Amino acid sequence: MPAGVSLYEILTVSTLLFFIGVYGFVTRTNLISILLSIELILNAAAINFVAVNKYLYPDMLQGVYFSVFIIAVAAAETALAISIIINLYRLVTSVEVKETETMKY
Amino acid sequence: MDFTYTILIPLIPLIVFLILGIYSLKIKEKAAGIIGVSGLSVSTILSLYTAYQYFFHVGKVDGVYQPFVEKTVWMNFTDTLAIDMGVLIDPISVMMLVVVSTISLMVHLYSRGYMHGDTGFTRFFAYLSLFSFSMYGLVLATNLFQIYIFWELVGVSSFLLIGYYYTKPSAVAASKKAFIVTRFADFGFLIGILMMGFYTGTFDFLTLNDTAALQDMNSPIMQNAGITFMGFSVITTALVLIFAGGAGKSAMFPFHIWLPDAMEGPTPVSALIHAATMVVAGVYLVARLFPMFYFVDDGAALQVVAYVGAFSSLLAAVIALTQHDIKRILAFSTMSQIGYLMMALGVSGYGGDEGLGFTASMFHLFTHAMFKALLFLCAGSVIHAVHSNLLQDMGGLRKYLPITHITFLIAALAIAGIPPFAGFFSKDEILVAAFQNNPLLFWVEWIVAGLTAFYMFRLYFGIFWGKDRVYEHAPHESPLSMTLPLMFLALMSATVGFIPFSQFVSPDFVAYSTHLHWDVAAMSVGIGAIGILLAWVMYKKETTIPATISSAFGFFYKWTFNKFYFDELYLFITRQIIFKRIAQPFAWFDRNVVDGTMNLIGNSTVAISSKIKGTQSGKVQDYAFTFVSGIVVLVMVFVYFMN
Amino acid sequence: MDILSLFVTVPILTMLVLVFTRNRKQVRLVSLFGSLIQFGMAIHLLFAYKTERAVNTDIMVFVKDYVWFEQLNIHYAIGVDGISVAMLLLTSIVVLAGVFISWKVEDLAKEFFISLIVLATGVYGFFISIDLFTMVVFYEIAVIPMYLLIGIWGSGPKEYAAMKLTIMLMGASAVLLVGVLGIYYNSDADGGPLTFNILEIAQVNIPFEAQRIFFPLTFVGFAVLGALFPFHTWSPDGHASAPTAVSMLHAGVLMKLGGYGIFRVAMYLLPEGAMDWSWFFIILSSFGVVYGALGAIRQNDLKYINAYSSVSHLGMVLVALLMLTKTAWNGAILQSLSHGFMTALFFALIGMIYERTHTRDIMKLGGLLKVIPFISAIYIIAGMASLGLPGFSGFVAEMNIFVGAFQHPDLFRRIATIVTVSAIVVTAVYILRVVGIMLMGPIKNPEFNVLPPSTWYERYGIFLLLLPIIGMGLAPLWLSDMISASLTPFIAQFENIKYLSHGF
Repeated sequence: MPAGVSLYEILTVSTLLFFIGVYGFVTRTNLISILLSIELILNAAAINFVAVNKYLYPDMLQGVYFSVFIIAVAAAETALAISIIINLYRLVTSVEVKETETMKY
Repeated sequence: MDFTYTILIPLIPLIVFLILGIYSLKIKEKAAGIIGVSGLSVSTILSLYTAYQYFFHVGKVDGVYQPFVEKTVWMNFTDTLAIDMGVLIDPISVMMLVVVSTISLMVHLYSRGYMHGDTGFTRFFAYLSLFSFSMYGLVLATNLFQIYIFWELVGVSSFLLIGYYYTKPSAVAASKKAFIVTRFADFGFLIGILMMGFYTGTFDFLTLNDTAALQDMNSPIMQNAGITFMGFSVITTALVLIFAGGAGKSAMFPFHIWLPDAMEGPTPVSALIHAATMVVAGVYLVARLFPMFYFVDDGAALQVVAYVGAFSSLLAAVIALTQHDIKRILAFSTMSQIGYLMMALGVSGYGGDEGLGFTASMFHLFTHAMFKALLFLCAGSVIHAVHSNLLQDMGGLRKYLPITHITFLIAALAIAGIPPFAGFFSKDEILVAAFQNNPLLFWVEWIVAGLTAFYMFRLYFGIFWGKDRVYEHAPHESPLSMTLPLMFLALMSATVGFIPFSQFVSPDFVAYSTHLHWDVAAMSVGIGAIGILLAWVMYKKETTIPATISSAFGFFYKWTFNKFYFDELYLFITRQIIFKRIAQPFAWFDRNVVDGTMNLIGNSTVAISSKIKGTQSGKVQDYAFTFVSGIVVLVMVFVYFMN
Repeated sequence: MDILSLFVTVPILTMLVLVFTRNRKQVRLVSLFGSLIQFGMAIHLLFAYKTERAVNTDIMVFVKDYVWFEQLNIHYAIGVDGISVAMLLLTSIVVLAGVFISWKVEDLAKEFFISLIVLATGVYGFFISIDLFTMVVFYEIAVIPMYLLIGIWGSGPKEYAAMKLTIMLMGASAVLLVGVLGIYYNSDADGGPLTFNILEIAQVNIPFEAQRIFFPLTFVGFAVLGALFPFHTWSPDGHASAPTAVSMLHAGVLMKLGGYGIFRVAMYLLPEGAMDWSWFFIILSSFGVVYGALGAIRQNDLKYINAYSSVSHLGMVLVALLMLTKTAWNGAILQSLSHGFMTALFFALIGMIYERTHTRDIMKLGGLLKVIPFISAIYIIAGMASLGLPGFSGFVAEMNIFVGAFQHPDLFRRIATIVTVSAIVVTAVYILRVVGIMLMGPIKNPEFNVLPPSTWYERYGIFLLLLPIIGMGLAPLWLSDMISASLTPFIAQFENIKYLSHGF
């Protein structure tokens, strides 16, 4: 446990990370950037799990496990997303959200 | 006294109609003629037998003719009101049976010659049978609703017969006009029947005409007569409305416009329906309800009948002066004579000698049927010979059509009221009745008598004398099948005047005797002779007098020639006002306002949904943004309220 | 299986058999056979009813009651009185005639006949139900196939027409459902359980305030189907686009559901509401009578003319119902029947003319009487029946309505009656206009000089519809007696509130 670093600082960092992710998700039009933003959100969540576990319940491990889960799911999801994006790119030669409208209304 | 068998009189033509109507394409001309004529002959024999039995053997008890009724319930309305079907035998219905049978049989016989070779021969006889059935039913009706039922059926037969030449647009238009105008009048008739049914609780003629109840101020009918509806006594209103129905069928002003156009039908039809039988149905209706007309409100409704009749007769006589189509002249003459009949009913009293108007009206109805049918059939014979309806195309025909000439002359003398022909006696009685009760109407009718003689002899001289025309092929006399009915009817026209009618027909069914009033007779014969003389001078040889007179009366002549523009007026009302100003806007209103509202609701739903469907864009980012901002707002609200 | 349920099961069985048919011939024979059985059952029911009625004085006879959904007290309850027997007969005849007229349907014949029979099932079910819930269910069953029938087999702007018709009728049934639920939730006013059963609700004194609210909802809900002005506009478009047999069934039978429902539900269960609102709906419907007739004058499309004429004739039914006298009610039921036969006949004839000339515009037709005399003559007869000529059913019905309506001495109803009566003149105008232009006169188009004559199945269809019209017109007594005997409970409902004895 590093000295002088309280839970609040860590939570502040993760919150910033989360909102940067949200901002990116909402504003980016490039599918890769959106994927990156989602990763940021997930990471923020993982940090929270680890930090809360460490500071509040030091003798338990659920939070750590949960963050491992998140990392695993994120990896799988990224792989899936990338494959979809690659296929999409083959289809419309673009990874822009605006270009992929064929299923709209 | 059992007259139940009279039910057969209408039923036989009905059966004939069904046979000829259903197999109209299979039955040949000859068979159709035989079936039609023999069916009607049976009815005629039965009618004459009934008349003989009724008038000379069983009808009269203690000097009063007893009505005979046989009826059965056809449909129930309320506990008291029902439509009965049956036969009512009393002097006027028996008299009408004789008229209808005689004329109808003559027309059937005549039509076999006249319609010979026509492709629709069987159809024509089917229609004639339908008409005979309806007319018999009308005559024998026991109550107002039954008469209304047959009234409508008569109207339809008339529609079918006028439109017989259905490929001719003018015939189609005329048939439509006849039906719609009479239907409009029937609307009044129906309302009248409804009012009568409600206030008197019965449709039955005998109950309605119960003179004891009518004279007793405390009887239900007279109690209700005191009720006013929109300012008029209800029973009087009902009677006037019923008379409106009668006026429609009888072509009285203002419903007269259909009659001249109805001449588009084959000529035998004009003779049967539009001269002798159907058009007098209105007169018959008033006569049927005569005690009611006379007693309720001291005969207020009867006054309407008298003045409408007199006005119509004058109007028609004036119009007839200037027409060129011989059938139309006869049509206006018919209207004029029916005006006479109505007027006579209108001035009649009740009981004993007072009832002279009633008797005279029925008498004239009888004689008029004979000579007017004869005139039409003669006209048919003339048209058959020269293939034209117009007076200009005729002249000097006496040499070619001797039988037609003589019979026409007899009929013309009869209608002009020259003794000893039939018209003289009946017209004289009408004039006497008018003279005694309403001098104004007497003078009107006296003038009409002169006009009648004039236009009739204008017609006579115009057809049979005057200048010879060049005919494409020489006119020849009609075959015997056509001239035989002419001769029979001429015989009748010459002799039926001697029947002592008041012995048989009177308003209270009590026989009485009448005698000639020499002063009135002299006046009427005098003006008739003047009319004939004038016609002689003007039309015997072709002269310039008619042209001079018509140009002298330029404006008046034009109005008369155009029948006072009644057709144009009605056309204006229907075409310009009802069609253009009412029906058209209604159709527009329906499409644009009523339907528009419904479409507006539909369309605005579509419009609104297309406006808001953008929110469901399918862009995950938009959803996420909404989602996140929602959470932010919720959190802020939550935080705010927590503290 | 009781006799009434057969009316629902036989069509369903016919439908099931139809699913397994292979070709058009089999489809036709199965449909014909099925509808013949229904027709036979209706005739049988007529006589069975007469015998049963002689010994049974209940309001409804042949009553059967099965619990359907216990918690809400919903039952499958059926029973008939004279009115519904007559309506069932009408339905079976029109369905049979419709099958004859559709003999030559080419596309998707199997699906067409299945939809037609679904529709018939709904109508039969509606007429035998005495449970409000079952009634509404059958009502919906009858309305839905209409969308498919018009949308698939129709002509002209069929999607628009089908959509409009379905949406307006669905909207109406939403209103109706509110009304029905209103009745349901007030059916415990006397302390009994909540119930959907009509006979039980009739015994309950529903509070006046509730009646006032729910009467117009129920009335309008049904009246849209009965083409009440201003909710009639689905009818011209719908009929114009629908195939012949569908128009026949719709105008001939389905529109009768409106009047029947109003009478059986709205007026029978909510008499005080009816009394309170009658003036308003009398104005609407008597205006609708004249309005429909005037609308028909200016149309050139045969089907539009007939649709507007239906608005006019059914307006008379509504006026008569609201006049609240026994005679007028009798007339209303007779008019429903008479109009059912007449308008089905008209639509059948229009279909035949259209099939031969490929136009329904009367201005393009002319002189048909010479070319196809049989069809034209029947058209004239149907026209004469429609304008109320004595000897046909229309006259009997209209006279009952007029005489019944005239039994009120108050001025307002008098004027409404006179306005209604005036429609007979306008009716004559538009009927004769069509007859004059289309059937008489010279032949306008040389193509129409030779047209195929009527076929055997067309003749069967025509005679099936013509016979009852003439039968009712010549001998009205047996039918009108059967109906008026069934009106007594309705009179009793209104006498409870002492309405009939005095004006409103």
